[in-house]
Amino acid sequence: MRPSTIIYALTLAFLLAAPAIGLYPVFMMKLLCFAMFACGFNLLLGYAGMLSFGHAAYFGFAAYITGWFATALGWPTMLSVVVGVLASALLGLVIGALAIRRSGIYFAMITLALGQLVYFICLQAPFTGGENGIQGVPRGSLFGVIGLQSDITMYYFVLVMFVAVFLFIQRIVHSPFGQVLKAIRENEPRAISLGYDVNRFKLLAFVLSSAIAGLAGSLKCLTLGLATLSDVLQWTSGEVVLMTLLGGTGTFLGPVVGAGVVVTLQEYLSDIVGAWVTVIIGAIFVACVLAFRKGLVGEIEAWQQRRVARRAGAAVKPEAAPEASAATR
Amino acid sequence: MTFKKTALALGLAVSASLFALSAHAASDKVVIGDIDDMSGPYADVIGAGGVEAIKMAIADFGGSVLGNPIELLTTDHQNKPDIGASKFREWADQSGLTMVLGGSNTGVSIAMSRVALQKKIPFIAIGAAGASLTTGPDCTPYSVHYAYNTTSLANGTASAIVKSGAKNWYFLTADYAFGTQLQEAATKVVTANGGKVLGSVRVPLATTDFSSFLLQAQGSGAQVLGLANAGTDFTNSLKAANEFGITKTMKPAALLAFLSDIHSLGLKTAQGLIFTTSWYWDQNDKTREFSKRFFEKTKKEPGENQAAVYSATLTYLNAVKAAGTTDGDKVMAELKKAKINDMYTQDGYIRPDGLMMHSMFVMQVKTPAESKGEWDLYKPFKTLTAEEAFGPLSESACPFLKK
Repeated sequence: MRPSTIIYALTLAFLLAAPAIGLYPVFMMKLLCFAMFACGFNLLLGYAGMLSFGHAAYFGFAAYITGWFATALGWPTMLSVVVGVLASALLGLVIGALAIRRSGIYFAMITLALGQLVYFICLQAPFTGGENGIQGVPRGSLFGVIGLQSDITMYYFVLVMFVAVFLFIQRIVHSPFGQVLKAIRENEPRAISLGYDVNRFKLLAFVLSSAIAGLAGSLKCLTLGLATLSDVLQWTSGEVVLMTLLGGTGTFLGPVVGAGVVVTLQEYLSDIVGAWVTVIIGAIFVACVLAFRKGLVGEIEAWQQRRVARRAGAAVKPEAAPEASAATR
Repeated sequence: MTFKKTALALGLAVSASLFALSAHAASDKVVIGDIDDMSGPYADVIGAGGVEAIKMAIADFGGSVLGNPIELLTTDHQNKPDIGASKFREWADQSGLTMVLGGSNTGVSIAMSRVALQKKIPFIAIGAAGASLTTGPDCTPYSVHYAYNTTSLANGTASAIVKSGAKNWYFLTADYAFGTQLQEAATKVVTANGGKVLGSVRVPLATTDFSSFLLQAQGSGAQVLGLANAGTDFTNSLKAANEFGITKTMKPAALLAFLSDIHSLGLKTAQGLIFTTSWYWDQNDKTREFSKRFFEKTKKEPGENQAAVYSATLTYLNAVKAAGTTDGDKVMAELKKAKINDMYTQDGYIRPDGLMMHSMFVMQVKTPAESKGEWDLYKPFKTLTAEEAFGPLSESACPFLKK
C-alpha cells in the first residue's frame, strides 16, 4: 500500500469513528462542510492557480437557495440540495465568465467585487430574510426513507457526501483535464501555444469549484438549520483562503487539515477569548506564510519526497555499478 | 493492514458510535446558558454585566435547586445567528442545558428560538426588541420575551410625544429587521394618535457619518426626528444632530435608548430626550438596593436588561422549584402561572404567548442642573400599564396560540 492510501484510510477511519470517541457530531459536520468548501476552493487555487476572493458567494448563495426551497416551498431535502448546487454553479458560470478575462490581482479583485454584490443581494432580497437570515430549515429525509433528524444519521450523510466530493476532485485532478489545468497554472502562454482553449478550461474549473462550494453551503444550511449573512460575508471568503493556505495548496488533504485547524480553533477558543480568535488566527496565518509556505500538509509531503529521493539516491548507486559492468561485459 | 481488517475496524467503529448515541441521562440539574453579545454593540447594555446579574440571582436563590447546584454557562454570540444557534444546540446536546437566557439581538434570538422549539428548552429572550419573538411568526411554546419589545417601545415614546403636540414625524431608521419593525410599530402609533409621518431614511448599520441623512430629515420640515436605531448608531446620530443644530428645530425621539447610552452621551447632549424603559435603577428602595450591590461588583449602575436578566433567572428558578423538575414543558406551564413580583417589576406575569407583561415607564433625560450625580440621569414622565404598553393578547399573532 502507498503511504498516501494508508493516510486516507486512517483519516476515514477517524471520521467514521468520530461520534463514538465523543466528538460532537454537529461540530464535526460543520468541520466537514468547511473542509469540502476548502477542497473545492483548492481545486481552483491549487490546481488551476486562480485566487478567488469571493468564494463565500457560492457557499452562502447555495445555502440560501437550499434553505428557501426546503422552508418556503417545502421541497424534499435532496432536491433542495441539488437546486442549491445548480444555483451556485450558475452563479459561478456568470461570475467566472467575467473574471477569467483577467488574471492575477485583477482576477482576485473582480471575484471580490462580484462576491460583495452577491452579499448585498442576500442582504436586500426579500426571500433571504435580511439580517435575520432563513431560520428553521428542516433537515427532512433522504428520498423519504432515511430521516435526518438524528445528528448521527446526518453526520454520516454529510460524511458520504464529503468522501464523494473528495474522490471526485481526485478524479478531476488526475484526468487529462486536470493535467491541462496544471499546465495552465505553470505556464499559460505555453498551454495556449499547444492549442488548448485556455479560457474554457479555466471557466469549467471555476464552475466546478463554485458547485462544490455550493454543495458545502447547502449541507451546512441543512446541518445547522439556517442560512445567514455570515455564510456570504467577505470574512468567509478570506477564511477559506486561509484554510487552504494553512493546510497546503495543491495537496489533497491540505484543505481538510486547514479547515480542521481553523474550525477547531474557532470553536474552542471563542469561549475562552471571544472575538480575539480573529487575532490569533491572523497570527497563525502570518507564522504559516513566514515559516512554512507550503502549508502543513505541503511541508510534510515535501519532506517525504526529499526522504524518498535521498533513499532512491542511496539505492541507485550500488545498483548502478553492476548494471554498468553488465553493459560493458 | 489488509482490506478485511480495515473494513472490520471501520465496522466496529460505526457500531460503537451508534451505541454511544444517547449518552446523556436525564437529571434534575439546572444548567443555565447565557448566550449574549459580550464584545459588540450590545456588550455594554447586557454583556458581562448581565453575567454578573445572573450570578447574583443564583447566589440570592441559594446556589442550588432540587438538591443540585445551579450551573451557569456563558458565551459570546458575536451577533451572528449561526453562532448563537449552534452554541445553544451544542449545550443542549452535550451539557444538559435546561434554560437559555439573553439573545440581545433580534436575528440571533429568532435563530435561538428555533433551537428552543426543537430541543424543548425554555428560552427567555432579553435585549432583543423584535416583537415577532412572541407576538409574531417566530413565537414558540418555549419562548418567553422579557423586558421590552418594539410594540411597547413605540407605544411609550411615540404616543407620549404625539400627545404633547408634535404631530409631524421623520424617521432615521437602522437598515435591518429590528429598525424596520421599530419604525412600523412607531408609525402605527403616530397615525393612530392623529400624527403624520412625512418620510424616513434608512441608514446602514454602524454608520459614522450621519450628515447627509440628517440634512434630509431637516429638509422634510417635520417636528420630530424619530431615531429607530440603537446602541452606537443611536448615540452617534444624536451627537451629529446636536452638532448640526437640528435638535433646535426638531425634537429627537429615541425609540430605544439605554442607561449606558445616555451616560456616554452626557446630559448636555441628551437632556430633554423622551424614551421608554422597563426599569430604572433609581425607582424605589428595592431597585436601589439591587443597584448598590451590582455597583459594588461592576462599578456601573445596572441597565434595564441587566435587571431583567436577574429577574428572569429568579423567576425561572422559582418555576423549577414549583414544578419539581427541569422538564421544559412543565417548567413553561409553571412560568405562565407565575406572578412576578421582585425588584424588576411588581405586577408581572407571562402571557400564554410567552410575552412578559409588566408596566413600562416613559422617561425624560434630566438637564445638567437637575442631575445630582454621574448616574442620576432620568426623571419619570409617564407610566404605562402592561396592556397599554404591549397591547391585548387578542392582537398577538403567535401561531401556536390558535392550536
